[in-house]
Amino acid sequence: MENFTPYSALAGGALIGIASAMLLFFNGRIAGISGIMNGVFFAPKNDRAWRLLFLAGLVAGGGLLQWLMPGFNVPRQGYPVELLAIGGFLVGVGTRIANGCVSGHGVCGIARLSIRSIAATLTFIVAGMLTVYVIRHLLELTA
Amino acid sequence: MKTDAIAFLSGILFGTGLALSHMIDPNKVLNFLDVTGRWDPSLLLVMIGALAVAMTAFRIILKRRVPLWSGSFQLPQKAAIDPKLIFGAAIFGIGWGMSGYCPGPSVTGLSLLSRESMIMILAIYSGFFVTHRLLDKP
Repeated sequence: MENFTPYSALAGGALIGIASAMLLFFNGRIAGISGIMNGVFFAPKNDRAWRLLFLAGLVAGGGLLQWLMPGFNVPRQGYPVELLAIGGFLVGVGTRIANGCVSGHGVCGIARLSIRSIAATLTFIVAGMLTVYVIRHLLELTA
Repeated sequence: MKTDAIAFLSGILFGTGLALSHMIDPNKVLNFLDVTGRWDPSLLLVMIGALAVAMTAFRIILKRRVPLWSGSFQLPQKAAIDPKLIFGAAIFGIGWGMSGYCPGPSVTGLSLLSRESMIMILAIYSGFFVTHRLLDKP
């Protein structure tokens, strides 16, 4: 096992859970990030401001932690740009077709015990594992 | 408006959680997916931590008729598993495994001034635009 960080993972996960609960309790909205991003351009005009604020908060939260704990995360360098560009495009297409990503289905959906979200999450993970196997071990495209 | 403030605050907590759990490190995500190689189960614990809180909280919150500061809960209406869901989820999983990024960390990664984050966000939005162009009924 490589660099397993159980405590920061559990604590970070709990913060994500609190953030999702808060958005649901006060605003009645699901913290599904692909849907929130999509709505910045595709939701009705009066349903866009909160989305931009949520996304700005995502950046601010990352900045806050980096300020409190300098060097805690460092950007990755030298990863093939083609894998990012094609991968990112597929993330965009797939989350629209499946109506959600790891936050929407994996956290909020499973928290509501939605069968759709459980199936979607298992599918992401299996497809992701197969892809990493192909890229790292069959084609050896990345280290 | 106060619901806008909640959205911002919820985003801050969510982003802090993604950074604290190292989920904005794409190699950490790829190592979780690399079961036959450098497996790192941290992502699983992030999910467990998030679900422990969210499952408990959602049960209590969804007993209410309406949210505290808005007129109704806006929850997904679909309940059944259909081929479209599995197809889309598989496409997403392939992109996730290629890049190491899902949408949340792509955005929070901007806080590290990561060039990868910027590429991801542009690529994700191109995916959104193309999918709407192809699938939205006029």
